[in-house]
Amino acid sequence: MAELRDLYQEVILEHSKAPRNYKEPAHTNHKAEGYNPLCGDRFTVYLEMDGETVRDIGFQGAGCAISKASASMMTQSVKGKTKAEAHKIFEQFHELVTGHSHDHAAELGKLAVFSGVSEFPVRVKCATLAWHTLEAALEGKQEKVSTE
Amino acid sequence: MTASAVLPETTSAVDVERIRADFPILRTQAHGHGLVYLDNAATAQKPRAVIDAIVRYYESANANIHRGVHYLSQLATEEFEAGRATVARFVKAAKASEIVFTRGTTEGINLVAQTWGRTHVRAGDEIVVTAMEHHSDIVPWQMLCEATGAKLRVAPMNDRGELIVEEFAKLLGARTKIVALAHVSNALGTINPVKKLAALAHAQGAIVVVDGAQAVPHLAVDVQDLDADFYSFSAHKMYGPTGIGALYGKMALLEAMPPYQGGGDMISSVTFEKTIYNKVPHKFEAGTPDMAGVAGLKAAIEYMNAIGVEKIAAHEHDLLEYATEAVRALERIRIIGTAAEKASVLSFTVDDVHPHDIGTILDQEGIAVRTGHHCAQPVMERYGIPATVRASFAVYNTRAEVDALVRGLRRVREVFA
Repeated sequence: MAELRDLYQEVILEHSKAPRNYKEPAHTNHKAEGYNPLCGDRFTVYLEMDGETVRDIGFQGAGCAISKASASMMTQSVKGKTKAEAHKIFEQFHELVTGHSHDHAAELGKLAVFSGVSEFPVRVKCATLAWHTLEAALEGKQEKVSTE
Repeated sequence: MTASAVLPETTSAVDVERIRADFPILRTQAHGHGLVYLDNAATAQKPRAVIDAIVRYYESANANIHRGVHYLSQLATEEFEAGRATVARFVKAAKASEIVFTRGTTEGINLVAQTWGRTHVRAGDEIVVTAMEHHSDIVPWQMLCEATGAKLRVAPMNDRGELIVEEFAKLLGARTKIVALAHVSNALGTINPVKKLAALAHAQGAIVVVDGAQAVPHLAVDVQDLDADFYSFSAHKMYGPTGIGALYGKMALLEAMPPYQGGGDMISSVTFEKTIYNKVPHKFEAGTPDMAGVAGLKAAIEYMNAIGVEKIAAHEHDLLEYATEAVRALERIRIIGTAAEKASVLSFTVDDVHPHDIGTILDQEGIAVRTGHHCAQPVMERYGIPATVRASFAVYNTRAEVDALVRGLRRVREVFA
């Protein structure tokens, strides 16, 4: 049986209450908005790109504990990374939260706390909303991202 | 009786334990807990009598209706039309032929918008809706406005979630062609004073279209007393099957309306030069309808009648009052929708905890509630919130289940401590 504590781990609750990089960086040159029409979660991800590298990143918006914590920890994990590296982390993170593969849990480091999400399929969209938004910002797409 | 025995629910207007035994699905175990089903505003569970009626229809009466000369076709037709008569009596329509079968509330509203609306609404006309409508009572009217050049006007509500009648009256005028409103709000539980609002609308020459989806399961509805021109509702929210509903319309209006969809059953005769449409209500029922669904709807109405709609309402009112008091007593909870007249629905938010997280935590305790915007985004916007948690009650719910909800909400606080 899925355990609530597997989903709501301390680290996740802590990040949801005090999200990191909850800001619009001064030198933002890429941004995207993400929206989950089912629950109303809405985030904007801001990037300061230096060539292929994420120089600075921030996010703002409103959502559930899972989506907010995911956004917060995402900003920490991709800051200083290249676009390709960020894509790869999302790929591994996506496999983890959908329960397809736990192979990269070690590489994901702190993000591995989201492994419990795979036991709650309806919450996968919460965990990935900020990441989809990041992808859109990295690609410089102007349209809004929706999880539907 | 031992000290630990569960006390029978003596305050209620109905014998809940007996009623619960009629609903097979209520024996479900969810995540190791007995199911506490509080998502009735989304869809209600089905009693054995309804499930059996559908099976019985297929086992002993199935054939295509109308015009068939053989035994089963006549039987199926009689049952289908008996279903129509049952629906008509249930909502106090003057005639059975004023009942059009639809796929549900949404289709009924779209039918009115696309037939009466398309033939009577012109550029510059106005359609008035209320601030508490479900998307299904907003979007069909927006589509009609787009097609005709009419304008949508929205009657506001106060902070309790009650329509402001004076403001509503001010919106009405010679340009108002349609007033569309929910009898009971699905997101807030507010009961609108339809009779009074219909009188105001009629005084300006407008027709009144009522979304009765959340009212028919919980209140005794009399469409003639309300003086509704159209009244649409769904079977699945009143213990009946999904995919079937009914639209009541005043005969004079139905007769003057063009058909909705073209096809079989809605015609009297067809040639390539000219088609003559069938009479009301068949004119609006193109194609083979959901005959088994009608059998299920008929059984659902008979089930409600056997308990008594007034008793169902009294029981649910007791539960709603009990739940409102219990939830209000919890800290950092805001009840959304505190109208003086309410039915079935308790919507709320918890400070600093998103409704989605609450839904997941309650689900782990076997408690089914709905979390989200309840297809009423303008209502959420009005309150400045993205979503609410909504518990909604039916005849089979108990005070013990409300207690479980309250325990679940305490658990939410523990997890988010």
